Amino acid sequence: MHKYVVKRILMTIPVLLGAVFLVFAIMQLTPGDPGTLILGITAKPEDIAALNHRLGADLPFFEQFFNYLKGIVLHFDFGSSYRSGKPVFDSILSRFPTTFRLALFTMLLSSLIGISLGIVSAVKQYSWLDNLLTTLAMFFSAMPGFWLGLMLMVLFSLKLRWLPFGGVDSWKSYVLPVITLSLGAAASQMRLTRSTMLETIRQDYIRTARSKGVPEKKVIWKHALRNALLPVVTSMGMNFGASLGGAVIVETVFGMPGLGMLIVESIRQKDSPVVMAATLFLAVLFCLVMLVVDILYAYIDPRIKAKYQA
Amino acid sequence: MNERKTAPAPGKKSRKNGQLKEVWRRFRKSKTAMLGLILLIFVVGIALFADLIVPYEQGITQNVLERFQKPGGAHLFGTDELGRDLFARIVHGSRYSLLIGISTSVCALLIGGLLGAVAAYYGGWVDGVIMRLTDVVMTVPPVLLSLAVVAALSPNLRNLLIAITISCVPSMLRLVRSVVLGVVDEDYIEAARSYGASDMRIILKYVIPNALGPIIVTTTMNVANMILSAAGLSFLGLGVQPPYPEWGALLSDAETYMFRAPHLLYMPGIFIVLAALSFSLAGDGLRDALDPKLKD
Repeated sequence: MHKYVVKRILMTIPVLLGAVFLVFAIMQLTPGDPGTLILGITAKPEDIAALNHRLGADLPFFEQFFNYLKGIVLHFDFGSSYRSGKPVFDSILSRFPTTFRLALFTMLLSSLIGISLGIVSAVKQYSWLDNLLTTLAMFFSAMPGFWLGLMLMVLFSLKLRWLPFGGVDSWKSYVLPVITLSLGAAASQMRLTRSTMLETIRQDYIRTARSKGVPEKKVIWKHALRNALLPVVTSMGMNFGASLGGAVIVETVFGMPGLGMLIVESIRQKDSPVVMAATLFLAVLFCLVMLVVDILYAYIDPRIKAKYQA
Repeated sequence: MNERKTAPAPGKKSRKNGQLKEVWRRFRKSKTAMLGLILLIFVVGIALFADLIVPYEQGITQNVLERFQKPGGAHLFGTDELGRDLFARIVHGSRYSLLIGISTSVCALLIGGLLGAVAAYYGGWVDGVIMRLTDVVMTVPPVLLSLAVVAALSPNLRNLLIAITISCVPSMLRLVRSVVLGVVDEDYIEAARSYGASDMRIILKYVIPNALGPIIVTTTMNVANMILSAAGLSFLGLGVQPPYPEWGALLSDAETYMFRAPHLLYMPGIFIVLAALSFSLAGDGLRDALDPKLKD
């Protein structure tokens, strides 16, 4: 089993390096050099050139990339903001908890709703409840998260005045954003749970269990659910990644100072080091969550366990 | 000689027609699929006949005296902060949303499809390289990938198209690869190869037609996702720029005035939902209609 875990961890390293390279390469497409962006186009050309030299922006592409990578790995140095001049890592750390809480609560709430409704829907296939739930799921997956957020805001903050408009003053500020992100995520979680559950119910061993006279409740809870939930566990990880992405837009709607809002603000200010670092930070986080999910999966799935124990 | 060549054609054609008829018959039986199709015709109809429904001038003519009008009366959906008619803006905005959704899905299909098919067909190191690269791209959640591309290239319509196409390519590539892998192992491919058919002929004549079903379904559903992504980026001010009436951009405008005129938020959102819903319902119905396992 340890062998699998070590192998899975080692496999993550090249993918992470690749992700750093990808984001770095995309951001290099930005027109203009850092010197001009920091000092402005009115600055003297020799000052701009000097700054570019000090930042290492005049080096060849690959050298710049290795310097960037070295900075991250050795000193957690993601560069400095073009606007404030402060290290990017500091602002990421201060913004990170908001985004993390948002994504975590979303994953928990959406899994709770999505998995339980998915099971109900599959067990009662073709009933009115199943039809209602699948239609609702369709509807919520077709709804843009930011619009749902705005609608909830109009209803609960503007009309009913139950919840605050934005910011992160108390736990109340998280209620609407988490619901906004969870409804969409729960919809896809529900559809997946429903379809894997239906597939499992059709398997031979379920028929065998039923024909043996095992009570229906036990068939569903013990035989079917355990097997059906395996792919669902992976989807919880994917769900977390989607929430990180969705958080970018929802944070902006609700004015929550998280990483997503930092990215959007920095794009508007053409502050590429911040955009690059925040994007990378979220990508790495997503990668690590998937790693944890895969390792958990190995412990739950007897097939992987058996393969590596032999 | 000539006769022999043309002789099989009618039979083949009617078999194809028969298949289509069968798919249509099963598609028609599903209420949700038909609802999707009706919505789809409705949304596409609005985009095609926008000029006949309401002249574009009404959506760009500014009239400060008539700003923030409530829905109803002379302005069906009310007016915005510059007194422009929201109904006209939404009707003409449908062209942006649909064109963006359809063109990016088709581009993602072409790029992802080609790479995925190559990976599956040739296997070996070609497959290895393509798939490892895909793994890397998939590490970055799609929204973030689009944002990074827009950030680097500056926000406008063209770059929005590039950004959301790129974010969609990896999943398309994986799908096409897995579908083609399923087909490549079939006996009839083996048979064609033993007859000495060229790679190109096998790909065009056997692999593509047999892999088409799931690919069309996913592309249809992708249109829904792309409409949502494009609206999201435009909402953030990183996609289609004002004054163009793309639906996400309309909402971005409306958000600024949500205390004064919350009604401006309702309609653009409803149309985004309708458009996205139409493609995902139709795609879902098509999948069921094409699935031989679900044959009634």
